[in-house]
Amino acid sequence: MGELVRHAWLVARKDLHLEFRSRTAITSALVFTALVLVVFEHGRDPTAVSTIDLAPSILWVTFSFAGMLTLNRAFNAELENQALDGLLLAPISRTSLFLGKLVANLAFVAVVQVTGLLLFTLFFNVPVWTVWAPLVTVMILATTGFIAVGTLFSAMVVRTRFAELMLPVLLLPFLLPPLIAAVEVTAKLFAGRPLSEVAGWFRLLAAYDVAFVTLATLLFPATVTE
Amino acid sequence: MTLLRRGRLITGIALLLLGGVYVRALVFTPEERLQGLAQKIYYVHVPSAWSAMLAMGMVGLASILFLFLKDMRYDRFASASAEVGTAFSLVMLTTGPLWARPIWGTWWTWDARLTLTLMMFFMFIGYQVLRGAVADPGLRARYAAVVGICGLVLLPFIHLSVYLFRTLHPMPIVLKPSKPSLPGSMLETLLLSFGVFTLLYVGFVIQRYAIGEHTHDA
Repeated sequence: MGELVRHAWLVARKDLHLEFRSRTAITSALVFTALVLVVFEHGRDPTAVSTIDLAPSILWVTFSFAGMLTLNRAFNAELENQALDGLLLAPISRTSLFLGKLVANLAFVAVVQVTGLLLFTLFFNVPVWTVWAPLVTVMILATTGFIAVGTLFSAMVVRTRFAELMLPVLLLPFLLPPLIAAVEVTAKLFAGRPLSEVAGWFRLLAAYDVAFVTLATLLFPATVTE
Repeated sequence: MTLLRRGRLITGIALLLLGGVYVRALVFTPEERLQGLAQKIYYVHVPSAWSAMLAMGMVGLASILFLFLKDMRYDRFASASAEVGTAFSLVMLTTGPLWARPIWGTWWTWDARLTLTLMMFFMFIGYQVLRGAVADPGLRARYAAVVGICGLVLLPFIHLSVYLFRTLHPMPIVLKPSKPSLPGSMLETLLLSFGVFTLLYVGFVIQRYAIGEHTHDA
């Protein structure tokens, strides 16, 4: 167990190191997030739809797109010089390889989401600070399971034709349950409703995370075994 | 008899019986008082939805078996089932709006079961697109199995989340804790249709499986 966690951490640290050195992906993801928010703001009629009604959808569609774009990164980097083969030859289990990739992806998405949330507050003037704790909780819960499936799928699609298009086609159905739950919770939070009203959604999100993190971890070896 | 011929025979019988279902539904089953003729589509819509879900279940099951046993026959079966499931999903997704337009006053609505089945259709498509994008048969089988299993686990979550969200679809009237709440003759026609659609599924899948065996490419 300790070995598993240590190896997973090594893989995650390698990925984050790589990212920190080049900063190409994270910069693009952040700019992309900002641009999507701007596009959304101009894609509505301010006299017909008030910001607060649209805010939860804008926030979550932005997060979803940004999350999906960042997923291609994790295994794309391993394609060059057959780096993936090297990783697979390393004396670490497939499970720790997956968990490492998952942790790196989650860290990456977390940076994008936190920045996105700050920009969102700035652009849309929504009362985020009063509900920051449950909002961050729902961000973590709605992202974890989805990114787990995404990490699993991205390991497969990098070696297929049309990888950039293949990932969204396979992954978007998996986005639906967390997206619905997250938008519902966020809307209730912005409207100042009590937390007890959204407890059911939190349970659904937690069940989704447990199910898909487990499933993705179990299935990952099947995608890389030669 | 070869597998392909056996599949053709079963499909032929099922198609004949399907004609019988039409006759029985249109001539010998009473008309629903409020919905009139539109309700007749029920005898095609619900059984095709059943066959599509059966197909999805079988894809998931065959995927699990494939990953454990590494036997390419399960992969071929999953692939055949996904293709047949796509066809049944299409029947379900076309008959549904045809009924909904006069009864609900709209072609489409984002109700739990509609969303669920639409997503199932997209997953069938995604599954097959992925298969088409991987050249190596062993790799393709493993990738497809992973997606098949994930899809099966996803469906209950979609249903639950959209169900909590909003629902308009008629509530279950046959498979529910109390007695089925439709007249005996309608229930008989429906059950007959369920049987026929299951047989159609079996016939189609056997044929598709047999074709896959010949081409070594499915």
